[in-house]
Amino acid sequence: MARILQLREALLEAMSEEMRRDENVFLMGEEVAQYNGAYKVSKGMLDEFGEKRVIDTPIAELGFAGIGVGAAMNGLRPIVEFMTWNFAVLAFDQIVNNAAKTLSQSAGEFKCPIVFRGPSGAAGQLAQQHSQTFEAWLANCPGLKVISCIDPYESKGLLKSAIRDDDPICMMESEMLYGMKGEVPEGEYLIPIGVAAVKREGTDVTIVSFNKMILESLKAAEELAKEGISAEVIDLRTIRPLDHHTIVESVKKTNRLVVVDESWPFAGVSAEIAYEVQKYAFDYLDAPVTRVNSADTSLPYAAVFVEEYLPNPTKIMKAVKEVMYTNA
Amino acid sequence: MSAVVDKPKAKRKSGTPKPKYSKDQYLSWYELMLRIRRLEERALLAYSQQKVRGFCHVYIGQEAVAAGIESAIRPQDAIVTAYRQHGTALGRGIASREILAELYGKATGANKGKGGSMHFFSAAHRYFGGNGIVGAQIPIGTGIAFAEKYKGTDNLCVTMFGDGAARQGALHESFNMAMAWKIPVLYICENNGYAMGTSVGRTSNVPDIYKLGLGYDMPSEAVDGMNPESVHEAITKAAAHIRAGKGPYFLEIKTYRYKGHSVSDPAKYRTKDELNEYRAMDPTKTTEQKLLDFGFVTEEELQAIKDMIKNEVEEATKFAEESPFPDASELYTHNYSQKDYPFIMD
Repeated sequence: MARILQLREALLEAMSEEMRRDENVFLMGEEVAQYNGAYKVSKGMLDEFGEKRVIDTPIAELGFAGIGVGAAMNGLRPIVEFMTWNFAVLAFDQIVNNAAKTLSQSAGEFKCPIVFRGPSGAAGQLAQQHSQTFEAWLANCPGLKVISCIDPYESKGLLKSAIRDDDPICMMESEMLYGMKGEVPEGEYLIPIGVAAVKREGTDVTIVSFNKMILESLKAAEELAKEGISAEVIDLRTIRPLDHHTIVESVKKTNRLVVVDESWPFAGVSAEIAYEVQKYAFDYLDAPVTRVNSADTSLPYAAVFVEEYLPNPTKIMKAVKEVMYTNA
Repeated sequence: MSAVVDKPKAKRKSGTPKPKYSKDQYLSWYELMLRIRRLEERALLAYSQQKVRGFCHVYIGQEAVAAGIESAIRPQDAIVTAYRQHGTALGRGIASREILAELYGKATGANKGKGGSMHFFSAAHRYFGGNGIVGAQIPIGTGIAFAEKYKGTDNLCVTMFGDGAARQGALHESFNMAMAWKIPVLYICENNGYAMGTSVGRTSNVPDIYKLGLGYDMPSEAVDGMNPESVHEAITKAAAHIRAGKGPYFLEIKTYRYKGHSVSDPAKYRTKDELNEYRAMDPTKTTEQKLLDFGFVTEEELQAIKDMIKNEVEEATKFAEESPFPDASELYTHNYSQKDYPFIMD
């Protein structure tokens, strides 16, 4: 029996189920316990698991991320929640220099099974410091795995896989979509890390996206269908390792690719995908790979800037028509 | 029947105060300190021969800290430290040959040639590195200790850092949470006077580093780090406090490095007089003298220890020299626990 759950409820189930399953899993972060989570993702967890396993931290991202790394090296499986990934920048030393390097610099003596999670991306008029995406930053670093997903069903399965994974994982959610509802089946299931999902099948053009831009891409595909253009929409779900295979196979079928990526354009996820496709599907391409990213700027406050900055269905449709060589 | 010739027996020198610890204790301190000293000298020689590359920070002068720590804690306690770590690793019991082979970048090294001078790790020895980012090991050590408390053991984690790291924000975040949550962590600042070329007095308005703990109501003391007895005593007391469930403890152990920050540092920022002042307190020399004065060993027995260490270092050097380098394909191992991780290969 499937239920309709919000994204936050699906994530809550994932953490709670894994904590029931494994005594070594615990959750720490700002406001996760008594406040029930800044976005209520951990609602009720303190009541069920107690203060030993659901831990409110002071505002000290570097410090508590490092405590998580040490605990992971010493046999526990921490889930470290960042109130947003913007604040996790303070903890990047622990994520990049320590969690990602533990296995390599110890030549396998110690592993670091830890999940860093929290919302990523723009979320209304939050201005420059609270609107960034970090998928590309972290996916650049070997040793880490990076998940970015907003579907409740998939997010639950991916987070459960992440908690059981022996490698350090960064999981990006979405502040704006914690309330988004979706079908989630009863009972135990996992979604594998590193596998993309085809969200809509199509024949004329491939749109690859992830996180909340998948919704914009699906809206664009819906509109395009009305105009007789059949778009295939692929949700990456995992950024590192990237599921090159699914993308390349789709492009071999559609011969056209638009990447929709909320990250900044420079050296980002879209650039990586464009490289892979020109390398492995060069002869199949009927048009240059095109991308729709956020603007190559900081994001200012006023609504007009947000509209100008972010990808949206109009921009995506324009890009699709560009690769289709059809006039808008 | 042949005549039995008695070997000369060790005698206590008249006027010598009674030893505080047993003969075995002094011998084990002396052996470890001498092992560290000789192996570090060999590391420097091998570096000058370009057999050891990369960064190399030696522990010469600070040996009493490693010795006093190990005698006061248990093998199942954890230790994490920074990159001046050869001595700490030897104290944990990692073999000289594995350490030297690691410096040589050999497959037989403590970490298969993947860590080098700054990164030794050993799960069996409860040794968590060997960390290269100044101060980053302070929250990590706090987390290692957090896990011990979580699992309900009475183990502690000795979390070591230098005077330079004491100025990192990571220290303050860690001290704060460790006290708030009563984490069984023993923080040790090895204050050797200089953060690379910058003296402690130039880095802060608070040159007494132990006082940083007082702002968090953490028991904090300064300790003479030039002899193993005082280090051992301070750590014994601190460890008892921690094991009683009372939370962390902070010791600023005042020590000195005779050499520069790393092999490339001529240490022109300090005077010869200052160096000689510390050399006069050299922990290997003073402990050697105590062994003789207490009548614990004869000159001959002392020589036998020196020969044993010398042979160990020679054997370790031979082992390092003759061991193979790792296979280049090892580049792709130990990046992920996942065995079939799909690396980008083009």
